[in-house]
Amino acid sequence: MIELLPERQPQVVRKADGAPAADMACGKASTAGSVSQRACVFCGSRVVLYPIADALHIVHGPIGCAAYTWDIRGALSSGSQLHRNSFSTDLQEMDVIFGGEKKLEATLLELIAHHQPKAAFIYSTCIVGLIGDDVSAVCKRVSAKTGIPVLGVHSEGFKGTKKDGYRAACEAVYTLVGTGDTAGIAPHSINILGEFNLAGETWILRDYYKRLGIEVVACITGDSRIDDIRRAHGAKLNLVQCSGSMTSLAKMMERDYGIPFKRVSYFGIEDMSAALYEAAKYFSDDPTIMHRAQQLVREEVAAIYPELQRYKQKLVGKKAAIYVGGAFKAFSLMRALRLIGMETAIVGSQTGDKEDYKQLQEMADPGTIIVDDSNPLELAKFCLEKDVDLFIGGVKERPIAHKLGIGFCDHNHERKEPLAGYIGMLNFAKEVYASVASPVWQFAPRRARSK
Amino acid sequence: MLKTDIQELVEETTGCPATCVSPVVCQGLANCPAAAFRPSPVILIPPTENADDEPQSKNFTSTRNACKLCTPLGACLVFRGVEGCIPFLHGSQGCSTYIRRYLISHFREPMDIASSNFHEESAIFGGSSNFQQGVLNVLRQYEPQLIGAATTCLAETIGEDMPSLLRDLHEKHGDRITAPIVTVSTASYRGTHMDGFHAAVKALVEQLGTSSACSSGRESAHSSNSESQSRLTSAATIQCEKRVNLFPGMVSTADLRHLKEILADFGLNYTLLPDYSETMDGETWLQYEKLQTGGTPLNAIAATGSAKASIEFGRTLASTETAGTSLQKKFNVVRHLLGLPIGIRESDAFFALLAGLSGQEIPVKSQRERGRLVDSLIDGHKYVFEKRAIVYGEEDLVIGLTSFLCEIGVTPVLCATGGHSKQFEKALREASPSLPAESLVKERFDFAEIAELALSLKPDFLIGSSKGYRTARELKVPLIRVGFPIHDRIGGQRVLHLGYRGAQELYDRIVNALLEVKQETSTVGYAYL
Repeated sequence: MIELLPERQPQVVRKADGAPAADMACGKASTAGSVSQRACVFCGSRVVLYPIADALHIVHGPIGCAAYTWDIRGALSSGSQLHRNSFSTDLQEMDVIFGGEKKLEATLLELIAHHQPKAAFIYSTCIVGLIGDDVSAVCKRVSAKTGIPVLGVHSEGFKGTKKDGYRAACEAVYTLVGTGDTAGIAPHSINILGEFNLAGETWILRDYYKRLGIEVVACITGDSRIDDIRRAHGAKLNLVQCSGSMTSLAKMMERDYGIPFKRVSYFGIEDMSAALYEAAKYFSDDPTIMHRAQQLVREEVAAIYPELQRYKQKLVGKKAAIYVGGAFKAFSLMRALRLIGMETAIVGSQTGDKEDYKQLQEMADPGTIIVDDSNPLELAKFCLEKDVDLFIGGVKERPIAHKLGIGFCDHNHERKEPLAGYIGMLNFAKEVYASVASPVWQFAPRRARSK
Repeated sequence: MLKTDIQELVEETTGCPATCVSPVVCQGLANCPAAAFRPSPVILIPPTENADDEPQSKNFTSTRNACKLCTPLGACLVFRGVEGCIPFLHGSQGCSTYIRRYLISHFREPMDIASSNFHEESAIFGGSSNFQQGVLNVLRQYEPQLIGAATTCLAETIGEDMPSLLRDLHEKHGDRITAPIVTVSTASYRGTHMDGFHAAVKALVEQLGTSSACSSGRESAHSSNSESQSRLTSAATIQCEKRVNLFPGMVSTADLRHLKEILADFGLNYTLLPDYSETMDGETWLQYEKLQTGGTPLNAIAATGSAKASIEFGRTLASTETAGTSLQKKFNVVRHLLGLPIGIRESDAFFALLAGLSGQEIPVKSQRERGRLVDSLIDGHKYVFEKRAIVYGEEDLVIGLTSFLCEIGVTPVLCATGGHSKQFEKALREASPSLPAESLVKERFDFAEIAELALSLKPDFLIGSSKGYRTARELKVPLIRVGFPIHDRIGGQRVLHLGYRGAQELYDRIVNALLEVKQETSTVGYAYL
């Protein structure tokens, strides 16, 4: 029998029928010994900046942090593949004793000379702060020598949670914003923030906005280029998808450049359409944009709807568990599941805030379990209790589902099929269908016994 | 006699008398340089752009696409190979999560690793209170039989001392500590995941091993005949007689199962440490198992001190303090160090040792497997002969693979590892005396360096983990996936490398990959060999 740790109980809520949303504990450091599914500050920074393809990403520290993040994201680039390498100063014992600055500087100089990047990011890992390396001094020196921006990212693993890593990444990126020429940017222009071009999703979205007549100045950071980021302040509107990671950048741009931002999501028909209308409404000075948006939505929905209905027939009444990094994605997934006839019985995130959890409770059906910063034992317990047919999560959740004979759909950064946009919704339905309807579950002990 | 043009040409080029038309005929002629000619297995590396030098990779300070992982990963895997043991990392949350993710991508099994979850105050004032809370929570949630606590670079850098953390823990919460805790120091700026792996095995036997943990009872806990028996575990008695320890190093779950079968066939009682053959490659469940069933039982670890011998795989461990040397010093358990039994000769050495230790003949089953292997090498020899291979991975895996490749006539042109034991080249060449002197043997190497050399080395195939895929793809040559990690195929954890049976599987895969290339690139698409 799996019991919840007492410390963890305030972070779990069961939606009661008709009751107001309960106040959920969240946003705190993980309980020691609880085997959190979260990573660390470094992870937060690394995932956000990773897709910037023409920059050098150097992990300053012992080898592990660089080795475990080598080419792990499905963030595609239309050109340079530099970001798919894993560069490390690979600090050894002597470096820890005598300091790693010299090694960092040598590393930077040789790699910049070899790869000719547009910028370099230096990720500080746990021990860098402890051994007293002055990373910013090295950045300045190397930047002066090489003429490219060399940016330190304060991502020491223990200095907060993954969210602090997002903030550190935004701060590093923000030093680039405003340094490029904004000449020639169209009056109807946006930046897409918090979209990482997993499986080419950014390209799908860029195409939609192009069809609306809206210019995408920069996508930060999907298929991103340093020069795009430099002129991102020339856009008229910021659309923030992964709000957990990029809201701080949007706020800084609003504060300094007066660019408003809106939260959007590109998952599911409803949210995707809302995201297009959001931009069209903002550029209401040109009503043809809205007209084109309506046209696009009509066409795209018509193209996938019949097939979606077919999947819905097979999936109706099936139950799902969702456990993802950011809560905003969970909203979209709940809506997308509803569209194909499925219920969400468990929903949770690693980094949601109080508002997110309130909204999740409002959206959820009575009885749904809502959880913050969960762990394998809890998730297994909930899955068994709710007898779900599907689990949507990332690599670390997959074995939990599979060991219990539950279908699994990867909605993490390793996915290979685009799940954003209209075509993404269709892919999602296909994958859910393939996960739930496979004949293999009949042999899993849990299902074999219930027969 | 009038010399023909051809004879003249021969005379000029070989320095042999004109009557000597071929180097073979020249043999025995004292003044003829060509007489020294022998059909030689030595393959010359074809000229590179800079023909005089050996292919060079520019010397970089940085590590680019590492061919190694960090120390705590090895320790965590070992601890999951002990029954009822949960790995616990004293450091940031990220270390445990990244290592979990990495191991899961290969094994496709749950891999729970607890963390003391350092935060800023822990880094300044020490992690003792986080360690205590973490241990108590893990005990409550997982009810483990053992906690395997490993340090991280963060904990080591701030000078956390595990023994004193344990002392504090017992002083404060002694009554609530329901399981023993084994500690190991694994700073990731010292060594690689293999060093962490061996250090954890050593820590387990040093902290749990005794000389009096076995009896001459009939049944043994972790022995020969029955897998279900090993699951009964702790309560069962451990038999002293014909008892050996086997420390195999980081091998696959299929390898571990095969080793158990071999030991059982010889009628030996054994402690195989670690044994993640079930925990990391198990079945689907009815109920969630907090810690997967399987693993080396604790009483079998306790019995390591009363075994008659220890067998350790890993030629690079010759001058390292290991579980084997420790038991030898403390309990006079004789240590036998062997290479990983990959291929015929290294397997022969292993089987011969087992025959000696058990006093039994090599089982007929294994003799037949060896026989079939040799027979298949003969059937397929043409397709692999003088094919050029790049071999990479952990030092001892590369040594074993290289030895096997040389046995079957493949030429390893580059043997590379990210490890840096300084024993690598010596140990490798000892295991593979026929390896051409020109073949490159590189330690402290990374995948960028491998890729750079690969361009001029023009291999026919690569053999190693999934990490070589990008290079294989660029070169358009097959990658034979072995070792760890294999995260782009199903069944990566089940690849068998060891023994005659493992060599058979490797051989079939290698030869068939090469046949496939030949067939695919053939203009006619022949269907018979």
